[in-house]
Amino acid sequence: MTALAVVQLLIYLGVIVALAKPLGLYMARVYEGRSCGLDRVLGPVERLLYRASGVKAGEEMNWTQYAIAMLLFNFLGFLVLYMLQRLQGVLLANPQHLSAVAPDLAFNTAISFVTNTNWQNYSGEQTMSYLTQMFGLGVQNFVSAASGMAVLAALIRGIVRRTASTLGNFWVDLVRSTLYILLPLSLLLALALVSQGVVQTFSSYKKVPLVEPTVVDQPKLDASGSPIKDAQGNPVTEKATVKEQTLALGPVASQIAIKQLGTNGGGFYNTNSAHPFENSTPISNFLEVVAIPLISAALCLTFGQMVRDRRQGWAILAAMVAIYLVAAVVVVSTEQHGNPLLTKLGADQRASATQSGGNMEGKEVRFGPAASALWAATTTGTSNGSVNSMHDSFTPLGGLVPMLMMQLGEVVFGGVGCGLYGMLAFVIVAVFIAGLMVGRTPEYLGKKIGAFEMKMASLVILIPPAAVLLGTAVAVATSTGQAGASNPGAHGFSQILYAFSSASNNNGSAFAGINGNTQFYNFTLGLAMFFGRFWTKIPILAIAGSLAAKKLTPAGAGTLATHTPLFVVLLIGTIVLVAALTFIPALSLGPIVEHLQMLAAAR
Amino acid sequence: MNSQIRPALVLLVALHVLTGLIYPLAVTGIAQVVWHDKANGSVLVAEGKAVGSSLIGQPFSAQGYFWSRPSATSPVPYDASASTGSNLGPTNPALAAAVRDRISALRAADPGLTGPVPVDLVTTSGSGLDPDISVAAGLIQVPRVAAARGLSPDRVRALVLSQAEGRTLGVLGEPRVNVLALNLALDRVRP
Repeated sequence: MTALAVVQLLIYLGVIVALAKPLGLYMARVYEGRSCGLDRVLGPVERLLYRASGVKAGEEMNWTQYAIAMLLFNFLGFLVLYMLQRLQGVLLANPQHLSAVAPDLAFNTAISFVTNTNWQNYSGEQTMSYLTQMFGLGVQNFVSAASGMAVLAALIRGIVRRTASTLGNFWVDLVRSTLYILLPLSLLLALALVSQGVVQTFSSYKKVPLVEPTVVDQPKLDASGSPIKDAQGNPVTEKATVKEQTLALGPVASQIAIKQLGTNGGGFYNTNSAHPFENSTPISNFLEVVAIPLISAALCLTFGQMVRDRRQGWAILAAMVAIYLVAAVVVVSTEQHGNPLLTKLGADQRASATQSGGNMEGKEVRFGPAASALWAATTTGTSNGSVNSMHDSFTPLGGLVPMLMMQLGEVVFGGVGCGLYGMLAFVIVAVFIAGLMVGRTPEYLGKKIGAFEMKMASLVILIPPAAVLLGTAVAVATSTGQAGASNPGAHGFSQILYAFSSASNNNGSAFAGINGNTQFYNFTLGLAMFFGRFWTKIPILAIAGSLAAKKLTPAGAGTLATHTPLFVVLLIGTIVLVAALTFIPALSLGPIVEHLQMLAAAR
Repeated sequence: MNSQIRPALVLLVALHVLTGLIYPLAVTGIAQVVWHDKANGSVLVAEGKAVGSSLIGQPFSAQGYFWSRPSATSPVPYDASASTGSNLGPTNPALAAAVRDRISALRAADPGLTGPVPVDLVTTSGSGLDPDISVAAGLIQVPRVAAARGLSPDRVRALVLSQAEGRTLGVLGEPRVNVLALNLALDRVRP
């Protein structure tokens, strides 16, 4: 790591932690139904929404009612998003006259955005109309994030309450998350991004002349517009002089702001935040990468505040930061070190005053390896999945870390809401293990952890890895699955493993060379996203309901303190152990063997 | 469950209007007034005509222009309506072959170029639209460009350095040169 990369990392973490506390305390007010300041302006809107929808804000739900409301809302959102894509050809705000999205792709994309994954088997600027982007994908960016935050709020209430049957009201949590947290932050970030050059317009794509016209081999088309093929079936090409460039525009900044803040990650453009119109300068890059873990980190302190013991929130945040730090240092170092195979060919990858050096394939010069690698560790730890460089072209170990960060279960900051509730599932397992070691009934924050909580926490922790490994196994065992890999050898396997790791853990980033827009991948990855999201949310709500009903057990001399460094280490150990036992065999077949092959070839 | 259908439907519609219409329209309204040029693609204008975007790279292959990074968009390089990276893995033989060809092409265009070549100049960017090259990648092209234009290398080197941009606040980003801006500046230089 260069000295500047170290400084960048420290500034970055400093900003996150500094912002987490005030935002976390603010969000605690939002979820406790107290006045948060913004309600003086937006209160009338909130009350209007309740009146129109017949929601009584004081009327609470038990855990099954809460789960049904959440599932119903998400299912209806899925239907709307699916229909929007299928009908975009005849709807408004489609200046490029893009046609309907194919059924299997629309299915995959709708699940992807409703589950907060934002896996993208399409190229945004060539597939989705402005209407689909902002009124379909953009809306799910908000409400899928708000759904995750709502479930977390319900879980925290379950921990706090004693002998209670209800967890709050899903509709209230949904509305308040959107109105008081996501919308105001997105508005600020969107405008800041525009000030850096991120585009925001409804006009159609703009043509500009090239300074030097360029000659290319273009596929020759017949009268109907399909490519002509020669006797061997290869496309026939012809020389053409290209004199113009078409700049794809759109309402980008508004969507990018919520894409980062809501840990969604779905790009307006195919290349996501590597695209200069989506992430134009080092400043826009810093704002975006700060926005990715911001709410998730702050929610740890919301939790601490709501359980009236802030140390509990800091302890969880400390565990997240510690894992993040190790991951970031490894990726930054390997990417800065570069690809020895290219050094051998005569490429200069050393950092100097005039160049960043490092592994620059798939990276932008304005970001370089340090800011790209930092982003990669963040986006995969948080279930965001947006990228500012192409992970597919990372060095083998540089690509291993993002994959592992997803496989940890998206708890290193994690998605908004889901990161912390996933982490709390690990906390339950950690206190259980500690209880086994000392022979006492495990308890957390005054609640006894029983067999039911352990079963549910195990489901939360084990369902995503099961989906990763089963999905990967099916894909590599079938010819349709194998056909998706675009790189040969071990890296091709890594592409498939990465895809299922990303989908099952609702991340959304990719080793993007994989050809995912096939019926096979649209369907299997769609299922993986569905299981990874909802089959963890439901057990979490079940835990919440069970904990809420329990009495408070006063802390005794033998109670394990859950805010100490010792517990933080135990928690980290639990997370790492589960992932290591589950994934080291698979990782050995992909990035680890590729790393060894690379070293051998570079000799 | 029946009692949840009305809130689900009404809130679904209301949140679509709020986050899918009012929010993006509000951002667009403010952006178009306050940052009009940036919101519309940072288009550069020379002598009253648009000549490209300062944020989007263009392909250059003439001896007398600074070359941009290779682009993975296909079949037209720097196709700003179809961004893409190469997504070649680090050990993919196609990556090594492409880098070897690009180094050969640079050396063929400038026989004086024998040492290592800055890595960004022989690898494709993430977007395929990278507007920048590293300062090192600009400096290494100076002899070729100067010879083709009949300018002194010192003058061309000074031009590269005058167009170079450092790290923002000394920490963020990397040292770089915007290729389109550099070549437009080059076209304004009279021998």
